[in-house]
Order: sequence, then C-alpha cells, then structure tokens
Amino acid sequence: MSETISDYKLPDSKGYFGNYGGSFVPPELQDVLDEITESYLAIRQDESFIQELAMLNRHFTGRPSPIFHAKNLSEKIGGADIYLKREDLNHTGAHKINHCLGEALLAKKMGKKKLIAETGAGQHGVALATAATIVGLECDIYMGVIDIKKEHPNVIRMKILGANVIPVDRGTQTLKDAVDAAFEAYLEDPVTQLYAIGSVVGPHPFPMMVRDFQKVVGIEAEQQFLEMTGKDPDNLVACVGGGSNAMGLFSAFLEKTDINIYGVEPAGKGFKDGEHAATLSFGKPGTLHGFHSYLLQDEAGEPLPVYSVASGLDYPGVGPQHSLLKDLGRVNYVTANDKEAIDAFFGLSRSDGIIPAIESAHAVAFAAKLAKKEGKGKTILVNLSGRGDKDIDFVIDTYGKEYGL
Amino acid sequence: MLENYISERLKKKDILLMTHIVMGYPNFDDSMAIVEQMVEAGVDLMELQIPFSEPMADGPVILGANQKALDRGARVERCFEFAEEAAARFDIPFLFMTYYNILFKYGVEKFAARMARIGIKGAIVPDLPPEEGKDYLAAMEREGLAPIHIFSPTTTDRRMAFLSSQTRGFVYCMARKGVTGKETSFSSDLGDYLARCRKMTELPLAVGFGVKDRSDVEFLKGKADIAVVGSQTIRLVDEEGIMAAGRFIKKLM
Repeated sequence: MSETISDYKLPDSKGYFGNYGGSFVPPELQDVLDEITESYLAIRQDESFIQELAMLNRHFTGRPSPIFHAKNLSEKIGGADIYLKREDLNHTGAHKINHCLGEALLAKKMGKKKLIAETGAGQHGVALATAATIVGLECDIYMGVIDIKKEHPNVIRMKILGANVIPVDRGTQTLKDAVDAAFEAYLEDPVTQLYAIGSVVGPHPFPMMVRDFQKVVGIEAEQQFLEMTGKDPDNLVACVGGGSNAMGLFSAFLEKTDINIYGVEPAGKGFKDGEHAATLSFGKPGTLHGFHSYLLQDEAGEPLPVYSVASGLDYPGVGPQHSLLKDLGRVNYVTANDKEAIDAFFGLSRSDGIIPAIESAHAVAFAAKLAKKEGKGKTILVNLSGRGDKDIDFVIDTYGKEYGL
Repeated sequence: MLENYISERLKKKDILLMTHIVMGYPNFDDSMAIVEQMVEAGVDLMELQIPFSEPMADGPVILGANQKALDRGARVERCFEFAEEAAARFDIPFLFMTYYNILFKYGVEKFAARMARIGIKGAIVPDLPPEEGKDYLAAMEREGLAPIHIFSPTTTDRRMAFLSSQTRGFVYCMARKGVTGKETSFSSDLGDYLARCRKMTELPLAVGFGVKDRSDVEFLKGKADIAVVGSQTIRLVDEEGIMAAGRFIKKLM
C-alpha cells in the first residue's frame, strides 16, 4: 500500500481516521459532543490537568507499570523472548483505570457532577467508580440484572466505592440493554453528567480521547524497553475487543515501521457467525453506536450476535483507528480462540506466576505462537492488560477439570 | 412534492397528524391492518420504521418493538415490500424512519432509488447528520425525495438554519431532550421553543416526542403544522390490540 500512517491525522478535525470514525448521532447529542470535544482540546493542554493526571497515574494507579521479561515462558517455548507490560498491576487490576481517571478529571474540569456508564462484567464500572471517587464525582453505573447476579463481587465493589448501581431489567437484561438505559439517562441530562465510554469506540471525540489517555502505556513501554534491552521490541502484541489497551500500546510505536504489530481478536468457539467476536478479521465496514468502523453484521446491516469466553472482548464493533490500521496494513489482526486463551491463562500462571485476565490471555496465546515462529534473538512485547482474579471462579467451574483442578 | 401536499392539506385543517409504526411489529399482517386503521381514522402522513437493533434515538417502547420485529425476521427487503404495498393502497405520503447502517449496507443510492420507485416520499435517519450524509443528501435530491432533519430544544439558531437548508418537506422538532416515549410537558417553554423553530425555518414544523392526547394536539395548533404520535400507539396496541390504534387516532382529531 502506498499510503502510510504518517499521511493521516489521527484523527482529523471531524474525528475521522481515514474513512472511519466520525460522529453519527442524533442532533441533540451532537451539541453535547461538540462541547466535550472543545473542552477536551482545551483542557488537555491545561497544565493543572496534565499535572493532576500525572500525579494520579503515579501515586494512585501506581504508574509506571513495570515491564517483565517472562523468561520461564520464553524458555518453555524456546523461541523469541516475551516481555510483558504489566498493566495488570495497576490499581483496580487493569488498563481501564488509565482512561477512567482521564475522563473523570475531564468531567470535573468541565464542571460536571456525575459520571455515567454501563458495565457488563463490571470491570469498566469498578474502574469508573474508583476514578469518580478519587476525583470527587458521583457515579451511576447501569447494569443488567442478569449480569448483576453473575458478577456479584464487582457489584459489591462498586457499591463499596459509593457508586449507584442501577439495575436494568428490560430486554436481554444484559450489557446491550444497560447501554441503552445509560444512554437514555445521559440524554435526559447531558449538562450535569458525562457519559464515560469504556473503550476507543463511540462518536468523536471518544476514540481519540480514550486513546490519548491510554497512550501512557506505550510511551512508558518504549522508554522502559529501551532501558532494559537497548533496543525497540521487534514485535508488539495486544488483545482487541473495542481496542483500548491495544491502542494505548500501539500508538507510541506506529511510525516505527520496522516494528511488527499484532492485534489479537477473540475467535471464541469458531469462525461461524455468532461464535466469535473477531470484528476486523471477519467484519465489513458499517455504522453502529455513533461511529463508522468494521462491524460484524448480517447482509441487511443488522449487528450479529458475538461471543467470546472473555466478556471484555465480545463486541461486534471495534475502535475506528484499528479499522484504518488494518486497511493500511500497519497492524496485523489475528485471532486466538477460547481454548488457546485458557491454555495461555494456565500457562502463564504456571510458568511465571502471573494470572492474566482471560482477555489478556488471548494476547499471550498469540505471542507464544509468534515466539516459536520468530525464533531466538527476537523480542515480543505483550500488553498484559489485566489480571485474572476476576476470572478464577469462572475458569475453575468451566475448565478446572481439564487442568487437573 | 411533500411540501406542496402539506401546505394544501393545511388549507383544510388546523394541524396535520403524522403517525408511526415499526414495520413487522407485532407482525407484517398486523402492521398493515394498523396502517389501514390509521389512514381510515384520518392521519395525514405516516412514518414507517425499518427495525434496527440499536435505535439510538428511541426509548424503551419503540426499541422493544424494533427488537421483537427483528426477532421475527423483519429485515429491510421485506420492509420495502411492505412499504410498496402500503404506498400503493393508501393515498397519503409515507416516510421511512431508520438508522444509517441500514442505508449504508443497502447502498445509499440504491436505497433512495428504490424509495422513489415504490412511492415513499422521504426519510428520517436520526443518526445521520448532514455533515456525514453528503451522498445520502445528493441521492435524495436526485430522486426528488425529502430528507427530514431534526431540531431539539438544545439546537442553536445557527445550527437550525443550517439543518433547515439541508431539509426538504418539513422539519421534525423534538418537543424535549432525550429519547422517544417519555413524558413531555406541553408548556410555555415548548411554545417559546417552537416560536424559535418557526423563525429559523420556512419549512412546516412537525412536533414529536410525547404527544398522547387531544389536549396535546390542541396545544400545538397554531404553533406547529404536524403533530407526531409515536410510542403511544405502540403502547396501546400492546395493551389493547391492534384495533386500539384507529380508535385512539380518531379521538385525537
């Protein structure tokens, strides 16, 4: 392809990453989004905002998160050296806190009183409730009643943190209806509330904003890796659902074109419709939730059902910047299935004493394959986006026997 | 042209009535029966919604109807067939209401051409602002169709003027913020807002979001040209069956 990444503003003033992104929303919401964009562009240059966010990142979240050379895993595979960017060590246990703090601080500076969001498994909800508390905002989290029953510990966490968990009892009573309910509540009062989107998705400016807040991961990693090894990594690997952790790591390295970058999508149970959530691998361009991007959809444009063992990855869309990076060939989008992810979950736990989130285990699974192919002397940096504490009951109940438990 | 129809009609009535159905809800036969009753009851225009699972401007009532229609297999092709039959049978203008991905996937130009061919007069696509919809606007213009845009109480004067310049037929004014199907207070604030809409466009004004009884319609007389009834008929059909739609419309006029 003749066009390269440096030919693009990411994004342009209308929120486009090439053909993707934009703002496909009803007019009243556009007014609100324009206000958020304008505020964000001003506030992100404000020295007090920059300082405050840096302070929170350092003293509250525990940044910079270390890079760990997973020697045992690397030796077991017998190929390239695998390094892990330890986002699992962040306060609240995943990369999500990075953009939640950014959004919370932005809301505060904009004079908003409340953060509002939906949550499925509760990870985004917990991170947002945490960020709201430290910044001093109220927080309403919408959650389907089925998810509330399933994800009891996270519901309790959010409540202990002082958030209002609002049960959504209509429709599927899961994430999809929680999104609708949160969105409705937001439209009723966009003046005192800010809707905090949980990934690099949604209408402009969210894909840009969430990416900017996550970019700290890539910026740190570049420096740390250089200090550790004297070089850049040869390969980057991250899992992609909506794509926030991947965007965070990748965006610091996009213009270094000799680095190979891999985004790992969930192949679930297989490649049939409804069995996976590998949007970039099998989707076509479409418009959903206010932005244009690759989308898993049927012939008539209806979003398809999606599935992954990792609830943080099962989304039929994907961040618009990923769609551009795919078209440009700058990032290779590959897949790992449920089985491979669970293997990697136990594999990393037992080789290096790190229990990864099932989402992040998809990245580890692909990195292991890549390590074999790349061979000795090469390096792979994986974004270990979250820890697996949240997954242990599910994994034991569902897969324990196979792994001798 | 839709504007001519509306102005002719307004010579005989103080205010026109536009209703809304979700095609395929509760099923296609019932949808047609509801259209028939509404036309007989005297509605002047009708929105036919092509179901989409993520209708971001709609509240729980219409969203639920979308979902159930989809679960029963209502897809765009069948909706076109339904609309073609309705437009042939009934002598009022029909408009499509749907979300952008439906048009995008079908092909915006093909979509507009087929609308024109089967006699649909215009479309409301709430998640497609004019800035994002240049191809759509060009195709609608070419086919002589009316793209309808939406004003809300938070829309600035400048934005209203711009939206108006990109609209044909009439402007759809949301009576309040938020999604469809919630309470609206028909108050003096609404009167002021509609006066502002009137100032910013020469097109007829349709007012939706929360119209549910005769006094609401009465309130709008003189302030707007078209009263839009959406969620309330779906609620009634759910509670009292399809025959309730026609009775309800008759009571509004």
